[in-house]
Amino acid sequence: MPTLETAPSTGGLRRIAIDPLSRVEGHGKVTLLLDADHHVQQARLHIVEFRGFERFIQGRPYWEVPVMVQRLCGICPVSHHLGAAKALDLVVGATTLTPTADRVRRLMHYGQILQSHALHFFHLASPDLLFGFDSDPAKRNIVGVAAAQPQLARQGVFLRKFGQEVIRVTAGKRVHGTGAVPGGVNKRVTRAERDELRAALPGVLEWAREGVRLVSSLHLANRERFDRFGVARSNLLSLVGKDGALELYDGTLRARGPDGEILFDGVDGQQYRSRIEEEVKSWSYMKFPYLSALGPETGWYKVGPLARVQNCDFIDTPLAEAERVTFRKAFGGAVTHAPLASHWARLIELLHAAEVIARLLDDDALSDGPLTTSGPRRTEGVGVIEAPRGTLIHHYKVAPDDLVTMCNLIVSTTHNNTAMNEVIRAVARDELDGHEPTEALLNRVEVAIRSFDPCLSCATHALGQMPLVVDVVDADGRPLASVRRDAP
Amino acid sequence: MTAPQRPARKLRVATTSLAGCFGCHMSLLDIDERLFELLEVVELDRSPLTDLKHCGRCDLGLVEGGLCNAENVHVLREFRKQCKTLVAVGACAITGGLPAQRNSLDVRDCLQTVYLTGPSTTHARIPNDPELPLPLDQVHPLHDVVRIDYFLPGCPPSADAFWELLTALIAGRTPQLGHGLMTYD
Ligand code: SF4
Repeated sequence: MPTLETAPSTGGLRRIAIDPLSRVEGHGKVTLLLDADHHVQQARLHIVEFRGFERFIQGRPYWEVPVMVQRLCGICPVSHHLGAAKALDLVVGATTLTPTADRVRRLMHYGQILQSHALHFFHLASPDLLFGFDSDPAKRNIVGVAAAQPQLARQGVFLRKFGQEVIRVTAGKRVHGTGAVPGGVNKRVTRAERDELRAALPGVLEWAREGVRLVSSLHLANRERFDRFGVARSNLLSLVGKDGALELYDGTLRARGPDGEILFDGVDGQQYRSRIEEEVKSWSYMKFPYLSALGPETGWYKVGPLARVQNCDFIDTPLAEAERVTFRKAFGGAVTHAPLASHWARLIELLHAAEVIARLLDDDALSDGPLTTSGPRRTEGVGVIEAPRGTLIHHYKVAPDDLVTMCNLIVSTTHNNTAMNEVIRAVARDELDGHEPTEALLNRVEVAIRSFDPCLSCATHALGQMPLVVDVVDADGRPLASVRRDAP
Repeated sequence: MTAPQRPARKLRVATTSLAGCFGCHMSLLDIDERLFELLEVVELDRSPLTDLKHCGRCDLGLVEGGLCNAENVHVLREFRKQCKTLVAVGACAITGGLPAQRNSLDVRDCLQTVYLTGPSTTHARIPNDPELPLPLDQVHPLHDVVRIDYFLPGCPPSADAFWELLTALIAGRTPQLGHGLMTYD
């Protein structure tokens, strides 16, 4: 079977671009090359932007980093904030945080999971599932959902609002707060704030349960379609907690093969480099990670809700655990690689996040106790966390003068790079091949990508170059800059 | 907080993120349930929330993020051409923001750091493909390239600041960012 990554020859092929990808976060596009009979010869997801965070963080004082790196992504800023803080905890010698710092950070993190998952499902992806992949593009959005199912749209907005409020009380502001510092946190959560959040919990838990019910019934009602759409078998990677529990803040790395066999388990995140390598390809700014032991051909993997819910052995909150069991049973206990099953898994995690928040809000350590701790300085630290979209790795080296000398980031969406590319190739092969590519058919490619909830913004932290020239002129047409890059 | 005044017809609003992090868009969504009030009086054109890939004639355009590549410049020009009123939203759009930290660095050096010497990188090479837009050597604020009608500061501007901007423009008055709405972080 042709891989469709690279056409044997590009001569005479017609280029179709889905640009920009919409209802995803960040900047990306898909290009397809078709021959005269509409046979797909090449399909690629390109990440088209670069920002260079890894470079300009070098030379900055380490304590600035958790606040700077949030600006990688406004949807999951908390994940970057905490990923960096966890790495820098080790640099300041804080190997075990105070109970207050641990609880405040966890609360912040699960607030983040809840709001991001709500945003993804209700605001971005649900129109495809509610109205159909091929429905009218003018209505296929949150405005359409608000018109057709106002109750559902409101629940989505309220769920996201609750998650954002959890972030506000723990980080100081909803987007780009400052709660975590290397070695701990800079504020507690007051009893009044806890009471206020607790008052909203019954509604939140109920809507979260309704969300799972809605997605599972949509999936089960369309099984034929949903189970087969865009399937690409891959390995799975995520953190798991003690005894194999679903764990999103801290834990050890576990990888499974496509059939669920364990490839490695209990791996300390500090050792990520012994397990994961990243390949660079000429046509995307996003690197292509793979499990080193298997190599780039077969070592690529999925991260995120679908991987996590199937990688863990159980969920330690009762409502979500019951839903996980139902989910696994629905697939006969086998690992499903159906991208659309991600929505189901994501809503199970949303429910889990609501339950964890409820549990944490009862913990008085949120309101009392020391905020930070420290120990002997170290020169290096790795922070691994499960961001809404999957495993996120932050790695820093810090010199004795407190300045960062090295920064390496592997963000969730980057882990999914090959998987997303393979899924769009599956859709191209199964659904588009031989047909004139209409808007409706092209939306199916986006439906497949959206199932990953890609955070293309996070993925653009790298820098790149192209052999083109561009003139920048000011508002009056005067040349401001002519930008040219020499061909390599 | 005042409810938006109902204009004679729905206003068309387009939004886009250039070299930004989407945080400004998130802060706009942080108007929470006021979103439904807003949708009574505006219609969304091109936006990350819709599937419209090009900007049609609009009353208002909100642009998050600065200019870091040729594609950004292209989209900004399209927005300027199509939108009667164009707003630079957030620190990145107004000054280049955090991505402009790379302005003091040599692009080649950045490329090497990321693609050639990254600690877990194999098949090291620098991406180079006609599908990838040309990065500018400097990150520019929007007003370097087009005329901007309003600037909404903040990283991101707060939801209430967005609300004041939108309700004022919908009502046809000049937005007034009072105490607490003018922020820089
Ligand atoms: S101004 Fe801040 S929130 Fe807005 S895009 Fe830039 S970094 Fe993100």
